Amino acid sequence: MSVEFELNGKPIAYDGPADTPLLWVVRESAGLTGTKYGCGVAQCGACTVHLDGSPRRSCVTPISMVARRAVTTIEGASSKAAKALQEAWVELDVPQCGFCQSGQLMSAAALLEWVENPSDDDIDGAMAGNICRCATYQRIRKAIKLAASRMGAKA
Amino acid sequence: MASLPVATRRGVLAGGGALVIALAMPLRARAAGTAAGAGAGFAPNAFVRVTPDNLVTVVIKSIEFGQGAATGLATLAAEELDADWSKVRLEFAPNDDSRYANPLMGTMLTGGSSSIATAHTQMRKAGATARAMLVAAAAKAWGVPVSQVVAADSMLSAPGRKATYGDMAAMAAAMPVPADPVLKSPASFKLIGKTLPKLDSAVKSDGTATFTQDVTLPGMITALVAHAPMPGGKVANFDAAAAKAVPGVLKVASVESGVAVYARTMAAALKGRAALKVDWDTSKAETRSSAQLEAIAMGLAARPPLPVMDNGPLPAASDAVKIVEGTYTLPYLAHAPMETLDAVMQMKGDRMDVWLGSQMQVKECEAIAAAAGIAKDRITLHQQYAGGSFGRRATFDVAFGLEAGRVAKAWGGSEPVKFVWTREDDMTGEYYRPMTAHRVRAAIDAKGQVVGWDHGVAGQSLGNFAAINTLNGQKVDGMLLEGLREQGYVLANHRIGAGMLESPMKVLWWRSVGHSHTGYVMETMLDRLFAALGIDPVAGRLALQEDERARGVIREAARMAGWGRKPDKGRALGIAYVKSFASYVAEVAEVSRGADGLPRVHKVWAAVDLGLAVNPDVIAAQMEGGIGFALGHVLHSEITLGEGGVIEQRNFDDYKSLRINEMPEVEVSIIPSDKDPTGIGEPPVPPLGPAVANAWLALTGQAVERLPFARGIAGKSA
Amino acid sequence: MIRRPVLRPTRARIALAAAATALFGAAVASQTVAAPAPVPPPVAASDATVQGPEAFRSIADPKARSVALFGEMAKVIESPRCLNCHPRTDTPTQGDAMTVHNPPVSRGMGGMGVPGMTCNTCHGEANFTFANGEGSIPGDPAWALAPPEMAWAGKTRGEICRQLKDPARNGNKTLAELVEHNTHDHLVGWGWNPGHGRTPAPGTQEQFGALTAAWVASGAHCPD
Repeated sequence: MSVEFELNGKPIAYDGPADTPLLWVVRESAGLTGTKYGCGVAQCGACTVHLDGSPRRSCVTPISMVARRAVTTIEGASSKAAKALQEAWVELDVPQCGFCQSGQLMSAAALLEWVENPSDDDIDGAMAGNICRCATYQRIRKAIKLAASRMGAKA
Repeated sequence: MASLPVATRRGVLAGGGALVIALAMPLRARAAGTAAGAGAGFAPNAFVRVTPDNLVTVVIKSIEFGQGAATGLATLAAEELDADWSKVRLEFAPNDDSRYANPLMGTMLTGGSSSIATAHTQMRKAGATARAMLVAAAAKAWGVPVSQVVAADSMLSAPGRKATYGDMAAMAAAMPVPADPVLKSPASFKLIGKTLPKLDSAVKSDGTATFTQDVTLPGMITALVAHAPMPGGKVANFDAAAAKAVPGVLKVASVESGVAVYARTMAAALKGRAALKVDWDTSKAETRSSAQLEAIAMGLAARPPLPVMDNGPLPAASDAVKIVEGTYTLPYLAHAPMETLDAVMQMKGDRMDVWLGSQMQVKECEAIAAAAGIAKDRITLHQQYAGGSFGRRATFDVAFGLEAGRVAKAWGGSEPVKFVWTREDDMTGEYYRPMTAHRVRAAIDAKGQVVGWDHGVAGQSLGNFAAINTLNGQKVDGMLLEGLREQGYVLANHRIGAGMLESPMKVLWWRSVGHSHTGYVMETMLDRLFAALGIDPVAGRLALQEDERARGVIREAARMAGWGRKPDKGRALGIAYVKSFASYVAEVAEVSRGADGLPRVHKVWAAVDLGLAVNPDVIAAQMEGGIGFALGHVLHSEITLGEGGVIEQRNFDDYKSLRINEMPEVEVSIIPSDKDPTGIGEPPVPPLGPAVANAWLALTGQAVERLPFARGIAGKSA
Repeated sequence: MIRRPVLRPTRARIALAAAATALFGAAVASQTVAAPAPVPPPVAASDATVQGPEAFRSIADPKARSVALFGEMAKVIESPRCLNCHPRTDTPTQGDAMTVHNPPVSRGMGGMGVPGMTCNTCHGEANFTFANGEGSIPGDPAWALAPPEMAWAGKTRGEICRQLKDPARNGNKTLAELVEHNTHDHLVGWGWNPGHGRTPAPGTQEQFGALTAAWVASGAHCPD
């Protein structure tokens, strides 16, 4: 079947099985490899993208589900929140191996779209679906707060 | 801050000006082992290259999987080169032992927390060599004495003259290579010991860092292998009809380790593999359950057949001597790096290109070549960032390389093949931290002196890489015993015996290796002894400890935590100290009972003495992450064998990982030192488990002898 | 205790297929062992069955009949398919073994999760079989946690029954609307179509609706 959707602002048509996970369409058909495979069963969050602006695990998203909808990957993350987060991520040297970080950033960006100044509980709630085996969680928490404070200051 | 992309070889070669410089390079320099990818610029040695665009590229011989070795090694070279940190780039070394072998191992190998420890002088000399040649070139060009040329921040200057390193690169290439360049004294360090931004943070924050999983080549095929669900199972027969019927599946072939499915896409490969029907030959497999294996191991620990050390018998219990007995079972653990094992291979006639992240670059490539049927000097590695490892990417038998080579060979075509392990392959694919059983009887007298310590340990061997002679003329795996004898405590009547559990299941070093279990047993037993006499755990340790650096970290962690204060209601503090890989670490954990009945760790104070701190922030990051990594495993993780030896955990739903909501606040203190630097990748891990267990003992009176806590605390199931 | 989640499906590639044995059987000799499936086989249909309302006609006493009908309905209500998302806490359970939901999630905004991780971050509009073929993630357009006043887990049948009749605790439904809901609601119906690797609720939604209708018709009496 053919599925038409928007990927990082550009129209895309995918021809293939309706149950193909969005993850593999993004990585293999569109060649955007920032979105990672980590578990394939919505346990680790490494494949997180935004679907119409909301976070979504692409490994359990059939391509049929995104028809006529907008998908944003780390490569297209250009919101104010995403940029502030990326800046804070670099400044605090958040990544270790770095493999999970696209997913972490996409979840964090979704959080900041909803909550201007997230508490520790807000961060736990939004980010508990993203596993980091290097456990760089302390810096993730600090970087989210840093980004939030800067967005507040700029607003 | 500016983005600091990793220089690719292609990027460097694309520079037209750079090629001209390369041609101007003296033959002598080119023949003498210059920096990898040295088609351009000034490359006085295998590790440093200066190009006309005024960038300094440092060639990294370690794999970078999050431990920060790339930034650390680059810091060392850039320091002596007086480079501007914002103009430093990374490049990974190719598979070449002649230039990039780890001196400890004789081959390229990242492991044992040895990257900085074994290469700090080498990298500093590499930088100093380049600096001396740049200075000599400037002196010659300007007609001034060398002593008048100042090098700083990638700039050369003399009275009235100024040039960038890039400007002077071509001339520098013609200068004689100094045999023994002078190294700076620590007092004049500008980069070492400072908090520098990591060179790979930007590309790891915008999705552009390339991992092996991300390597994409035209016409690339994806391959998966169906593996046996029990360790050591082999293919008896298989029916590929349903798999071949899946659209996109191109081929199904038997390889030694399983059945390979080749497809145009990952989705098709997954479907094809799921449709395969395979019978497994279990004649050489491990078919016993965890319960059976644990019972055997505990029997061996209780009556160890291999005496390793015997300084006298355990004294009898009396009014003056208390004896505590502990029987510990610590589980098999998977490394479960975020990026599963993978490789991209492309055959081109009699040669092959490989994209891979391995800790043993040369050996892994040789394995691929051998299995694929090509000569070992005809394989070229393009090393990629690796998504974690924790030891998993360094298998002594290079089994992944061999399997990858077989998969490439069985495909047989010229198309590039991306071979991927799924998370289920990773969890069930063996090479676990061995399960161990410990049985300890220890005695303490009224003065707090340990007057007896009788320790039996049993588990599988990692291979006798560090064999120890036993008292009855046999050999025993030293890695099983590491940490039992060398912690600096005075233990009278110390007796150690070992027993080897035999199994076809493959086991492997796992972040901190033997210390990951011996540290837990030693440090929790100490607290149980102290508790028997009401001795303070910090004072008790200091009284037994002979090593001043150990005493230093114990004191510092205790000071940071405010040891001796009364914790908030429902909370307790616990301390543990473990020296591993020549680095000293003490950690204090503040713990309460969580809503799930498990220890809730609120904060960890950690002190480390690892000699010279090359990059304090990278060290802090390793401490924070190592503590989180350790905590997740002691709380939740175990690999178990069920009926027929089938591995029961298949993904992160049943092999639980620490998540952000369980991450404690971590505060790190680095003991100032100018001793040679030692490692930081592994040493944060061992003290965490016992620190939490000791806090739990203080809080509840319960000694946890079975990990994970989810199993070891009564009434909880893993 | 070793936890063996009962919801895990078998992997087709390991199952000893009769066809394969017939094809290759002679060649593999005695050392071939049928690999034990690493996980219990998928449950095609529930072991438990539900009787239709006709089975209760013989109970003469209307109140006793009504209570018995509710007891039959309760076999559905007490299925893990229903209880998992009608928890008494803010956290759902999952699977046939009803373990705590992993990753950790909480009720959040109207049972839809918290900012940054809502139910539909993972759950879609329909069940989705994992690409590895080893199980599935459930989905429904209305996938969410039942509100706290509709909690069932850990409650007695009598408590659940009285709660179901109370508009303050049943989503402001009349009994007629409750019958309609149990008979036709799509999310209720998910219980019998729970996706690969999950045991369906006993019986059928049609039976559940008929039982509800008969229970209401008989006076909607509750067990003690």
